[in-house]
Amino acid sequence: MKKHIAFALTFILCMSVLTGCSAGKTSGENGQVIVYNWGEYLDPEVLDLFTEETGIEVIYDEYETNEIMYPKVETGATEYDVVCPSDYMIEKMIENELLAEINFEKIPNSKNISPQYYEQSKEFDPENKYSIPYCFGTVGILYNKTMVDEPIDSWNVLWDEKYKDNILMQDSVRDAFMVALKKLGYSMNSTNQKELEEARDLLIEQKPLTQAYVVDQVRDKMIGNEAAIGVIYSGEAIYTQRENPDLEYVIPKEGTNVWIDSWCILKNAPNKENAEKFIDFLCRPDIALKNFEYITYSTPNEEARKLIEDEDIKNSKIAFPDLSKLEHLETYQYLGEESDQLYNDMWKEVKSN
Amino acid sequence: MLKNKKNGWLAIPYTIWAIIFILIPLVMIFYYGLVNRNGDFTLENIAAITEPEHIKALGLSMLLSLIATLICIILAYPLAMILSKLGLKQNSFIVLIFILPMWMNFLLRTLAWQTLLEKTGVINQLLAMLHLPALNIINTPYAIVLGMVYNFLPFMVLPIYNSLIRLDQDVINAAKDLGANNLHTFTRVIFPLSLPGVISGVTMVFIPALTTFVISNLLGGSKILLIGNVIEEEFTQAGNWNLGSGLSLVMMIFILISMVISAIADKDGEGGML
Repeated sequence: MKKHIAFALTFILCMSVLTGCSAGKTSGENGQVIVYNWGEYLDPEVLDLFTEETGIEVIYDEYETNEIMYPKVETGATEYDVVCPSDYMIEKMIENELLAEINFEKIPNSKNISPQYYEQSKEFDPENKYSIPYCFGTVGILYNKTMVDEPIDSWNVLWDEKYKDNILMQDSVRDAFMVALKKLGYSMNSTNQKELEEARDLLIEQKPLTQAYVVDQVRDKMIGNEAAIGVIYSGEAIYTQRENPDLEYVIPKEGTNVWIDSWCILKNAPNKENAEKFIDFLCRPDIALKNFEYITYSTPNEEARKLIEDEDIKNSKIAFPDLSKLEHLETYQYLGEESDQLYNDMWKEVKSN
Repeated sequence: MLKNKKNGWLAIPYTIWAIIFILIPLVMIFYYGLVNRNGDFTLENIAAITEPEHIKALGLSMLLSLIATLICIILAYPLAMILSKLGLKQNSFIVLIFILPMWMNFLLRTLAWQTLLEKTGVINQLLAMLHLPALNIINTPYAIVLGMVYNFLPFMVLPIYNSLIRLDQDVINAAKDLGANNLHTFTRVIFPLSLPGVISGVTMVFIPALTTFVISNLLGGSKILLIGNVIEEEFTQAGNWNLGSGLSLVMMIFILISMVISAIADKDGEGGML
């Protein structure tokens, strides 16, 4: 608790100075809702529509990774109502009692989400009490057909000398280790020191072949023909293919990560009711469709999917894979502080090598 | 700062600013750096600098920023000399041209270099058009040094320029009268007298280059781990604020050393233009 004191002190000091500035700002007639979401993960028009319909002002803030979001929410340095973490992070937040139970009666549109995604969510939210799925997808390989000779179906291609300096890896601990662990045939939630050491050595071996470690830039670099092969989230596949038809997305046969990002309400949310209204609004089929068309990440909203006009996208195996037909799929789990540390230390070894 | 008691109250706004945005953050870094996750006192966050990965990152940071600083001196000194010899009208125009890019955001300028240097970037497309071999320095230490030099060069030019224009022409004339040739005048008179500006420029280039993490991320493709990247990742990815703060404290030692050096060399505050 001690570290919170230092934080609270700064916060109070800063607030006492800053409140003077925010007093002149008009808040919505029905109050406000403070949303903390991934970057580029929602159609900005949706926020305006919500304010128009409900008179609730939306204060919107963005983050790039779960790991950046967590400390901000945990210390309470900024108050948020609604957040959109991924699976393992939801598990960690439930464990650390940061999330409020959701009153599903207040969110009638939550029934639009297909039951299979609630089922999948049980891996990290066992009783479906804290989260409502917003987007889901896989992690796979995006490759440029003009630069690659053979059909790609395995993570092994990321270790192929032929593509030296043409490979883009994910610059995030869990995703990087997932690739190596899956290639070795281990679980991506492994906490076994030996298995992790093997994965680390594999990543070190791969490093000279990679062009760069990036997160969101995989998309632009692949579109711009900067690299032949990149590890990417399936949600970006539709967008990148639209921009550059030479690109192809594949889920490797060794298996991969199925992830779900879900809306959650924070335990100390100052505007719980507005938060419920906001999530309900996002679950409405027409709004979910609008978001899907903007961000192109797969929506678990069954009713929204029915509204998609483009048949190719509606039936796309990339956007809406039949999860039951794919083998070796796993969802990230929260591994505890000690294992997190282990992963981070090993990742540092990879990066500094 | 508050020598003149009569006007002391004028410093109040800045004092409040300094307390909130400089003093309190510093205290917090000291606090986090000196405790472990449970809030108990420890020195292990600082001792962690001796771990092989950290030493390697620190060594690489020092090497790259030293090279960048040297290149900056080589580029900046002649330029500053030319500028100082021009008339006021001409040189203010050139100084303007020189400072102009600094009005654009540092991040944007670095991103622009990324687009320029990329495999399919502007430079390589031009080279391909001229049937010249491609330039492959993106995501290598060379690109990082280039980024450092580009971003920090004005911080070297201006202090040197500043100390050169203050040089007394009579001193130079005296040297010439006494039979020194141009080279001697430079090595015995001009350079020693401009040294405070050089040192001030060195600290202003070396320290930001040593602690940068943006340049190495954008131009190094996150493949090259500098000490700034280690600290950044402790805060953003690993969530270990204590280790991040501990390593920041180590970096502060370097900043203090350079401040002492520049204070000794620059007694008259000549390099204080920026």
